[in-house]
Amino acid sequence: MSRLLSRFASNLFWLARYMERAENLARILQVNESFARDRLGARDWLPILQLNDDEERFFKIHNEASADNVVHFYLLDRKNPTSIIASVHQARENARALRHLISTEMWTQVNVFHGRLTGLRSKDLALEKLSLVCSEVKESCQAHAGITEGTYYRDEGWHFYNLGRYLERADQTSRLLDIKYRRPSLDIAPSTEDPASDASLWNTLLRSGAGYHAFRRVHPRGMIAADVLRFFLCDPAFPRSITTCVRELEELVAELQREYGLTASTDIKEKLKELNRLACQPTDDEDRGDHVNRLMDRIQFLLVELSNAIDAQFFH
Amino acid sequence: MSRRAVLTNYDHQSFFCELTGRVGENQPGTVEICRLLDKIGLQSLERRARNAERELYNLGITFTVYSDAEAIDRILPFDVIPRVITAADWAVIDRGVRQRVKALNLFLADIYHDQKILKDGVVPAELVLTNANYQKVMQGLDLPQGTYVHICGIDVVRDEAGAFKVLEDNARCPSGVSYVVENRHLMLRTFPDLMDNIGIRRVSDYGLHLQNALAEVAPANIDNPQVVLLSPGFYNSAYFEHVFLAREMGVPLVEGQDLFVDDDDCLYMRTVAGPIRVDVVYRRINDDFLDPKAFRKDSALGVPGLMRAYAKGRVTLANAVGTGVADDKAVYAYMPRIIRYYLDEEAILDNVETHICAEPEALKYTLDHLSELVVKPVGEAGGYGVVVGPQASAAELDALRAQVKADPANYISQPVISLSVSPTLLNGEVVPRHVDLRPFAVTGKDTWVLPGGLTRVALKKGSLVVNSSQGGGSKDTWVLE
Repeated sequence: MSRLLSRFASNLFWLARYMERAENLARILQVNESFARDRLGARDWLPILQLNDDEERFFKIHNEASADNVVHFYLLDRKNPTSIIASVHQARENARALRHLISTEMWTQVNVFHGRLTGLRSKDLALEKLSLVCSEVKESCQAHAGITEGTYYRDEGWHFYNLGRYLERADQTSRLLDIKYRRPSLDIAPSTEDPASDASLWNTLLRSGAGYHAFRRVHPRGMIAADVLRFFLCDPAFPRSITTCVRELEELVAELQREYGLTASTDIKEKLKELNRLACQPTDDEDRGDHVNRLMDRIQFLLVELSNAIDAQFFH
Repeated sequence: MSRRAVLTNYDHQSFFCELTGRVGENQPGTVEICRLLDKIGLQSLERRARNAERELYNLGITFTVYSDAEAIDRILPFDVIPRVITAADWAVIDRGVRQRVKALNLFLADIYHDQKILKDGVVPAELVLTNANYQKVMQGLDLPQGTYVHICGIDVVRDEAGAFKVLEDNARCPSGVSYVVENRHLMLRTFPDLMDNIGIRRVSDYGLHLQNALAEVAPANIDNPQVVLLSPGFYNSAYFEHVFLAREMGVPLVEGQDLFVDDDDCLYMRTVAGPIRVDVVYRRINDDFLDPKAFRKDSALGVPGLMRAYAKGRVTLANAVGTGVADDKAVYAYMPRIIRYYLDEEAILDNVETHICAEPEALKYTLDHLSELVVKPVGEAGGYGVVVGPQASAAELDALRAQVKADPANYISQPVISLSVSPTLLNGEVVPRHVDLRPFAVTGKDTWVLPGGLTRVALKKGSLVVNSSQGGGSKDTWVLE
């Protein structure tokens, strides 16, 4: 059996991560655009910078976190490594290194997608067009996932691709929840919130995570913070929940062992177990902002460690 | 609106035309192609040409120029009007190329073993032994099947009389075969109506032939050899071709960092399941960069210890190390004699008449006729440093004269060949442009020649330089059944 080169395993892992990241960045921009439009205006673009730890870099080149500045920073600024265009560029460079392994259709789609983004100018990002642009980015990322599913040969590489994909998705879901709780005006106990407005924010968040209708099926009435939080954290049927992602990761690790004799290190397995536990066992004060912040920080930290452990074992 | 015919106003002037032949003597098989082209019409041709170009970008059939953090993808300009070779003409090229590759391999085996041809004075010993591309490490090393040049690209042109002449042998890492196959795929998608019922020989099985040939030259006693393609990485301008070749053969596209030589003198690649033995390396890296322990110390592209594994016969390199001496422009001049020496045959494909400036008489002739000759430095590739006498200014010729006098051994000269032309679509017009041909030969046990080859076309009016780095483009090459 021909075995997968370590470098290609890494390229596949990161191709998936960068595509998933671009999709989620588009989701976050879209949801933030809705938040800002609903209520508070310009200063509400600050939380995105906070949740990506980008304040310092951002304020080196911009004076204020205006909508235009932040949107440009995250969509078109190639020098910003956390921008959509930088992610898609990285995805394309990984795909370039994989060109002989992936299908021509996969490469062509990434290439054309990158070309479309490169062609965007600031005027294409006016706020009234932003949602449309974000939808296009999301769709292109989804097209990539679909083409990959439909054409990529199911070897070890497929497993490393999906490890990257679900790891990144779990990370992004935790960031999506962060943005809700990072908003200064809302980072307070439930009793002092304006319930109607809070519900509308949860509503937007669910929609940005493509979970609104599914949530409604599970909870036909009301919009309780704890329910939404549990939905994002541990609904086993919601494709973007942390639990779903972690279970996919566990299954991929098990298959690598079963099908290809690649036994994951104890380090990897323990990180997965801990992530599963964190997502599945919410406590009573689960919907309090400070608790959620700490939980998300812990999850994000574990995901970084998991990524490092995968890298250390397989990519060298 | 009436359809504008494609070839009505086409005038190939005094040159030999690959499609329409000379006035009044249409080549067999090409008449039908001319008729179909006219039927398609100029407007449709232009529209399809634009679409084809966009498709090349989208498919990423490009070479990438990196500057700062920007990656700029460029395509090799593609002309949609095919270059046509009749079955009879192809038979000559096929035999001629196989003969030449056979002679090249015998020559290399000889100069790295007994050096009979040097002792017999057929080729001057110092020309070979002091050549920068002669690798002493190869002396006495026996190679599987005696094959040194596994992949060979021989540049062939055609003169006013329609005779094929060899311009250059490429025995190191000839590139361009990916364009041969991709150009054909593009034509099949864009011009199904032009290719109907013509009978064109297939080029799509190149990867299969290559994979088989490489398996034939694996180290002894290895049943199912692991082949890899070694690339300098995606900063290399030929990276698309490396992708293409790895994909067509279904082998890993590796870089130096993926490989290592262990204490057992075997070559391994790093995989997710640990080290896996590698038996054959189709390397697209020059000799100098292969192994920092044996050649350039600063090479980060190669594999430390690779030459040690090679010398022990644990791994096959294709092409072999040290083949550059055979495609040197000065050695080229001796090829007809080399063929006669080893095969006792006359060359099927002639050389272009060549004056070796290292020889006093040839130097005098060159300096006396500078304005009529093409002068080439022997160490350069890619058309760099070539001066076409009739097109050079007096000042340029003076400068050239001084350079040649200062270092005669570095130059050869050849008469200007009026290269054949092929109809080419440029700015909405079909005009004659000069072309050459690079057929590709693959050698394991035997030699197979891909029926087709890379046709390069000089897009500038009157230009004889077809290199892609000098404003050349390419065409699909049709060998008729």
